Amino acid sequence: MTTRAAASRRSLLGHSYNLVGVAAALVILAWTLVAIFAPYIIPHPIGDIVDDDYFGPMRQGLWLGSDYLGRDMLSRVLMGARYTVGISLAAVSIACFSGVVLGMIAAVTGGWLDTCLSRFLDAMNSIPSKLFGLVVVAAVGSSIPVLILTLAVIYIPGAYRFARALAVNINTMDFITVARVRGESTAYLIGSEILPNIIRPVLADFGLRFVFIVLLLSGLSFLGLGLQPPLADWGALVRENIGGLPFAAPAVIVPSLAIASLTISVNLLIDNLPQKIRDRDA
Amino acid sequence: MSNLVEVRNLKIQATTDAGRLVEIIKGVSLDIADGEIVALIGESGSGKTTLALSLMGHARPGCRIAAGEINVNGKDMAALSEKERAKLRGTDIAYVPQSAAASFNPASTIMEQVIEVTRIHRLMPPEQARKRAVELFRALSLPDPDNIGARYPHQVSGGQLQRLAAAMALIGDPKLVIFDEPTTALDVTTQIDVLKAFKSVMRAGGIAGVYVSHDLAVVAQIADRILVLKGGEVQETGTTAQILSAAQHPYTQELLAAFEPKPRQAQADADAATKPLLSIEGLTAGYGPAKPDGLPLVRAVDSVSLVVEKGRNLGVIGESGCGKSTLARAIAGIHPAAVGEIVFDGKELEPAAGKRSRDQLREMQIVFQYADTALNPAKPVEDIIARPLAFYHGLDKRARSKRVDELLDMVRLPKALRYRHPSELSGGQKQRVNFARALAANPKLIICDEITSALDTVVASAVIELLKELQRELELSYIFISHDLSVVEAICDQIMVMYNGERVEQITPDKVKAPSHPYSKLLFSSVPKLDPTWLDGLVRDPELVSQYGHR
Repeated sequence: MTTRAAASRRSLLGHSYNLVGVAAALVILAWTLVAIFAPYIIPHPIGDIVDDDYFGPMRQGLWLGSDYLGRDMLSRVLMGARYTVGISLAAVSIACFSGVVLGMIAAVTGGWLDTCLSRFLDAMNSIPSKLFGLVVVAAVGSSIPVLILTLAVIYIPGAYRFARALAVNINTMDFITVARVRGESTAYLIGSEILPNIIRPVLADFGLRFVFIVLLLSGLSFLGLGLQPPLADWGALVRENIGGLPFAAPAVIVPSLAIASLTISVNLLIDNLPQKIRDRDA
Repeated sequence: MSNLVEVRNLKIQATTDAGRLVEIIKGVSLDIADGEIVALIGESGSGKTTLALSLMGHARPGCRIAAGEINVNGKDMAALSEKERAKLRGTDIAYVPQSAAASFNPASTIMEQVIEVTRIHRLMPPEQARKRAVELFRALSLPDPDNIGARYPHQVSGGQLQRLAAAMALIGDPKLVIFDEPTTALDVTTQIDVLKAFKSVMRAGGIAGVYVSHDLAVVAQIADRILVLKGGEVQETGTTAQILSAAQHPYTQELLAAFEPKPRQAQADADAATKPLLSIEGLTAGYGPAKPDGLPLVRAVDSVSLVVEKGRNLGVIGESGCGKSTLARAIAGIHPAAVGEIVFDGKELEPAAGKRSRDQLREMQIVFQYADTALNPAKPVEDIIARPLAFYHGLDKRARSKRVDELLDMVRLPKALRYRHPSELSGGQKQRVNFARALAANPKLIICDEITSALDTVVASAVIELLKELQRELELSYIFISHDLSVVEAICDQIMVMYNGERVEQITPDKVKAPSHPYSKLLFSSVPKLDPTWLDGLVRDPELVSQYGHR
C-alpha cells in the first residue's frame, strides 16, 4: 500500500473507511431522513399554486423556484424523495430477498429444481425491463403496489443469478460437505453455512440493484406510466417540467440532480464500504 | 568478490491492513559460492520464500526491502531499478515455482513457453533456442525429448511439468536458480525422478541454487549447505552433514526429531480377539454414467474389502489418483458406492449419507485434508464446534459452552481461541479445530483424509501424537488416509496399500521393511531418508519403475 492510499483511509472500531465512502453515506442518510420527515418540513402543500408565474426562478420563499403550474418546487422535490426512495427500497428488498433465497436453494439442492428455476428465470431475464414495465402498467393500471411488484419481478432474475453463482462456489467447500454428512437440512445449509459467506457481495448487489430500480422507476415516471398526478416522484417531476428546459428553469434541473446525487452516492458507497482490518496481532 | 551471492543484513518489511509495519526478514546474511546449492528450510511463515524471492530483487505486494544489501554476481539487487532487475531475471537468476501447473499458460505449447526467455532477452535465435531446449529436456530425462515441446501443459504429468519448469529456468544459462518447494506437490515415486534430474543438471552446469523446502529429507539429497530459518531469522547454518548429524539449535533438533516419529507401541492385547467395527466387502465406486451392469464408467475404487477393528487403526496409503480419497468418501456416504456392502457396528449402512440414520452419521465422522475449506470462514471457532453438540446431542447453550471448552482442551488449544475466526488461526490450530468438531459428535470411527499433508513436519507430528493420545482416552478407531508412509507407520495397526483403485497388499507396520508386493516395494523404497547419500545410492528395479512409476 502506498503512503497516499494509507493516508486517505481512517480506522474506527476495527474497520477502515475512506472519506469518499463517508460522504456518500451522508448523502444517502440525508435523503433517507428527507423521505421520512418530508410532510413535516415542506414549506408549502405540494398541490398549492403559490407563484404567479410558471417556471419561476430561485428566490426567497421559493428556494428552488416554481414548476409549470407555479407550485413550490422545493416541497415537490422533498415529497418526491418519499416516493422514489420508498418504492425503490420496497422493490429492491423484495427482489433481492426472493432472488437470493431462490438462488441459494437452487445451488444447494441442484438437480431438476436448479435446472427448472434457472431456465425459467433466464427466460424472465430475456424480457427487456422497460418493455415489461410498460406492458404491466398498461394492462393493470398504475398504482404504488403494482409499481413495487413490477419492479421487484423485473429484478428477481438478476439477483437470483448473482446469488446462485456465489452460492455454487461456497457449496463445493468441504465445510458444506461436512454439514451434509452431519445430516443438516437445506434451510440450515443456506441460512447458516452459505449466507454468512456471501452476505457482503449480496449487500453490494443490493445497492447496485437499488440504483437500477431508481433509474427504471424514474424512467417509467418520465414516460408517464409511473406515479400519477398529483403525486410525483423525481422522474415524474423531470417529465412534467421538461417544458422549462428552454428557460433554464430550476424545476427541471433540480429533480435530475436529486436522482443523480442519490444513485451516484449509492454507487460510491458500495465501492468504498468499510473494510474489516485483518491484523492478527493488532 | 569471492561469492556469487552475498546478502548482508537484509530486512524485509510488510505493511498490514492497519498500517502497522511487520518485519518478515529480520537481518539475514547469506553467502552462496559458485556452483553451490544452499537450502532454506523452515516452517511456513518462517520467511524462506520471501528471502528466496528477494535474491531476484522482488518483494511480494505489500512488502518492501527495507535495509541491507543483496549482491548477486556483483550487482546489488536491492539498489537496481526495476528495469535493470528485469534484465537480470531469466539470464543471471531464474526461478522454479512450487506449482508448475499453475505457472504454465494452458493456451500455448510447452516449447513456446520454455524458449520465451530467450526471445524476451534476445539471447539466441528461436531455432537455436529450440535445440537448446531439447538438450535440456534430455538432460532432465524427460520422455521423448524431441517432441514433448509440442504438447500443451495439460498433456504431461505433474512431475514432468515440474522438470519442464526447470528447463524454462535453465535455458537462459543462469548463474543462480531458485527452487521454491518444487517437489512438495508431487508423489514420492515421482519426486525421486524430479530430484535426480535437478541434481544432475545443476551439477553438470556448475549452477548455484537456492532450494526452498520444509522437507529436511528432500533437502538432504540435493543441498550442499542448509540454512535453518524461523521467524525471519537464521537459526543455524552449516553443511548438510553437519546439520543432519550435529544440529546445535533446538529448533533444528526439533525438526530432525519430527522426522522420526516414535513408532507405535504394539498393543498388549494384540492377539486377543477383537470385534470388527467396520467391515467392507467388494466396494466399488467411481465417476461417470453407470454402465448396463450398474458399474460406473470410471472405477476409482475397484472391489475393495477391508476390516477395521474396534480401537484399532487402519492406514490407507497410495499415490495421488489411486482412489484412496474416493474410498473415504464412499465409506462416509458422500460419494455413494455403486456396489459393495458396508457393515458398521453390526448394521449394514446405506450407500448414501442422506439415507443413513442420524446416529449412524454421528458415529462415523470424516476429517478433511484442508482445514481452510473444511471450516466455515464466516463463523467463530465456538460456533463451529458447538453445532454438532446442538445437532446430535441437543445440548442447551450453557452445556454447549462448557463442552466446547472441554473439546478445545482435548485438542490442546487455549480456551481464548473460541472467539477467533478460522482465518485468524495457524494451519495446525485449524486442523485441531477441524478434529475437535469431529470429536464433538462422540464418534466411534473417524476417517482422517490426509489430515497432516498440509502441515509442516513439526506441526504434523504434534497432531499425530494428539490423535494417539485421544485414541487411548476415548476408544476411537481411525481410518488414516495418507501418501506419507512415516505418518501411517506412526499411528496404524494395519496398513493397506492401494494402487489404481485396488487393494494391493495389507501389512502391519513392523513388516514395512519387507513388503511382498512389487508396488509396495517401490513405494516404500521411494520415501526419502535423512541420509545425504541416499538418492545417489538408490537403485530401483527399472522394471518396477516402468510398470508403476508415472514418468
